[in-house]
Amino acid sequence: MHIVVCIKQVPDTKNVRIDPDTHTLVRQGVESIVNPFDLFAVEAALRIKDQCGARVTVMTMGPPQADAALRDTLALGVDDAILLSDRAFAGSDTWATSTTLSAAIRKISDVDLILCGKQAIDGDTAQVGPEMATLLDIPYATFVKKIELLDGNGIKVTRQTDDGVEVWRTPTPALITVLKEVGEPRLPSLRHKMRAKKASIPVWGVAELGIDPNSVGLCGSFTQVVRVFSPERRKDRVLIEGSIENQVEQLYNYLKQTKVPGL
Amino acid sequence: MKAIVDRKKCTVCGVCADVCPFGAILVGESSVEIRDECTLCGMCLDTCEFGALSLPEVGDGKTVDLAAFRGVWVFAEWRDGLVHKVSHELLGAGRKLADRRGVELSAILLGCSLGKDLTADLIAHGADIVYVVDRPELSRFTDEAYAKVLAELVRRNRPEILLAGATTIGRSFVPRVAATLQTGLTADCTELDISEEGLLLQTRPAFGGNVMATIICPNRRPQMATVRPKVMKPVKMPGHQGRVEIVEIPEECFKSRIEVLEVIPEKDQTAKLTEADVIVSGGRGLRKGENFALIQELAQLIKGAVGASRGAVEEGWIPPSHQVGQTGRTVAPSLYMAVGISGAIQHIVGMQGSKVIVAVNKDPLAPIFDVATYGVVADLFDFIPAFIRKIKQENNA
Repeated sequence: MHIVVCIKQVPDTKNVRIDPDTHTLVRQGVESIVNPFDLFAVEAALRIKDQCGARVTVMTMGPPQADAALRDTLALGVDDAILLSDRAFAGSDTWATSTTLSAAIRKISDVDLILCGKQAIDGDTAQVGPEMATLLDIPYATFVKKIELLDGNGIKVTRQTDDGVEVWRTPTPALITVLKEVGEPRLPSLRHKMRAKKASIPVWGVAELGIDPNSVGLCGSFTQVVRVFSPERRKDRVLIEGSIENQVEQLYNYLKQTKVPGL
Repeated sequence: MKAIVDRKKCTVCGVCADVCPFGAILVGESSVEIRDECTLCGMCLDTCEFGALSLPEVGDGKTVDLAAFRGVWVFAEWRDGLVHKVSHELLGAGRKLADRRGVELSAILLGCSLGKDLTADLIAHGADIVYVVDRPELSRFTDEAYAKVLAELVRRNRPEILLAGATTIGRSFVPRVAATLQTGLTADCTELDISEEGLLLQTRPAFGGNVMATIICPNRRPQMATVRPKVMKPVKMPGHQGRVEIVEIPEECFKSRIEVLEVIPEKDQTAKLTEADVIVSGGRGLRKGENFALIQELAQLIKGAVGASRGAVEEGWIPPSHQVGQTGRTVAPSLYMAVGISGAIQHIVGMQGSKVIVAVNKDPLAPIFDVATYGVVADLFDFIPAFIRKIKQENNA
C-alpha cells in the first residue's frame, strides 16, 4: 500500500496577534510549523504502516523553505518526501492548489490512499482535500476520526459529523481528511532525524508536473482576496468585581438584560 | 507573482514588514522590496495607510459568460424531517442578495419522501422556487450523490450565486460541486454583500480569526460560498408565494462508491456543540475530571452544550468531540461561558464569534478576559455553585 500525506507549512498563529492600540496585526518572530491537523494525518499513515506495512510519502506545495516541514515529517518515520515548488504556484486558491496537488498524485501514479488534515489553520477552508479528490475522480471522506483497513479491499472510516457519528466503507484509491482523534503525533526518533537531515528531497515545478503555468497559482485561481482587515474588537466589555454574591447578582442581571437563551 | 508596491505612494515606513506572516517584505533605505516568500495572502494591504500595496489579479483566461447566470440558490439542509436552522438563515441572507439583484431566490431540497411541510417552510422563509429531487439514494447523505445531483441542477439552471451552510455536510460535499463545475468557492463566510456589478463580496475569518478577508470570484459562475451557521438572520415571510418543482435527474447521478454502513446520532444533547445556542466550557482550572460535573450541571440548567479547552481534553477529563478551538470545533452560540479557561489563542479562535461571552477565571490577567463580554474575576469553585443556586432560585420563583 502506498499512502501519500499532503501537508502544509503554516505560520504559527500563536505568534500572531492584533495590536490593541494600532489595530494592526503584529508578527512576533514568525515561526513556521507543520499544520497541526496534517501531523495527525501523518500519524494515521504511520500507524497503518506499523500495522500492515505501507510506504508513506509526504508531499507539500510551498516556497523552497517548506522543505523544513517535509524534513520534520521524515524525522517521524515517513519514507519519502516531495516538494512542489515553483514561482508559478504563488497566490493559489484552493482550486489552483488542488490542480497542482492532483497533478503530482498522477505523476506518482501508484497511490492507494491520500491523507490530509481536516483543514489548515491559516486558511481554515477544508476544501483542498475534497477538491483534489474530485479532480482525481476518487471517493473521499471528511472529518474522519478512525480508519480501519478491511481485509480484501476497501477502508472503513468513522466520521464525526455535527449530529453524531457515521461509518462509511470506501474502495481504494480514496482520500481521507482526518481529525485529532486518529492519534496524537509521535515524537521524532534519533534514527529518523539523522535520515531526515541527509535526505534529498525532489522538487517538482510546472515543468516536472507537465502542467500549464497559467492553470495554477494566481493565474489559475478562481477566487481572489480583495481586502484584508482586522476584525473589530468587542467594545462592550464589562469586568465584574466584588463579592461572590454581588458578582452572581450582576452577571445574572446582565444576562437577563441581554436576553440570552437559557436564562 | 508577489504583492505590488507602488513606489510613488510608498514612504518606506516599514509598517507592512511588521505584519507579514512570512517575513517577505524587506525594507531598504529608499524602497521596499517584496521577496519570493510572498504568498499573496494580502495581510499587508490594509496596514498601508498610503495605499501603496496591491495584489495582482487572478487570470482571466477562464471567463465564462457571466450574463447567462441568474438567480440566487440556497442548498437546503434538513434533519429528522425538518428544515435545518442554517437553511433558514441562508434564505434570509439569500433573500437580500436576490432582491438587490432583482432575481429569484431558490431553495434546493435533496432527499427521499420529504413532506410538503418542508417545501412550505422554505417558501415561508423567502424561497420563490423550491427544486426538489426525491430519490431513495438521497435518503442518507453521501458526498458523491449529493454533489452530482446539485452540480447537474446548476448546469441546467445556471444560478449566479450558490450558498450552503458551513456544516459538516456543506463543508464536505460543496467543494466537490465547485470543483466539478470549475468555479470558485469561499469557505465559512461570516458576511455577504454584493457589488453593483453583481460580484458577491464574501468575507470570512482567516489566520485563526486574527484577520478578516473579503474574497471575490470575478470570472466564474456560480459564485459559491459556505456560510457559518448562526451568523445570518432568518426572515419569516408568512404568506410569501412560491412554487415547487420536482426535478428528474439521470440515474447515473445517484451512484456512489461510498457505502454508508451506520449512522449513529449523538444522543447526548450536551455534545452537539455546533448547533447549541448556549455552551458552557471548562478548562484546566477545574483541576480534576470529577469537577466537570459542575460544568455539566450548569449547562443542563441553562440548556446548553458542554465544551472544553484543549487542556481539559488532554487531561482526559472529557472526550475530544467536546473540544472548542483550533484543533477542535469552531462555535458561535448566543452565549458562551468559559470557566477556568485561560484563553490561549488556539481556544479563542474557536469561540470568539459567540454573541455574548462570559469568562470566569481567578487570574485577572488571563487573556480570556480580552474577548469576554462579561469577565468575572473569581474562583470558579466559589462562583459557579453560587451562580447555579441563583438560577435555580430564580427559576423556582
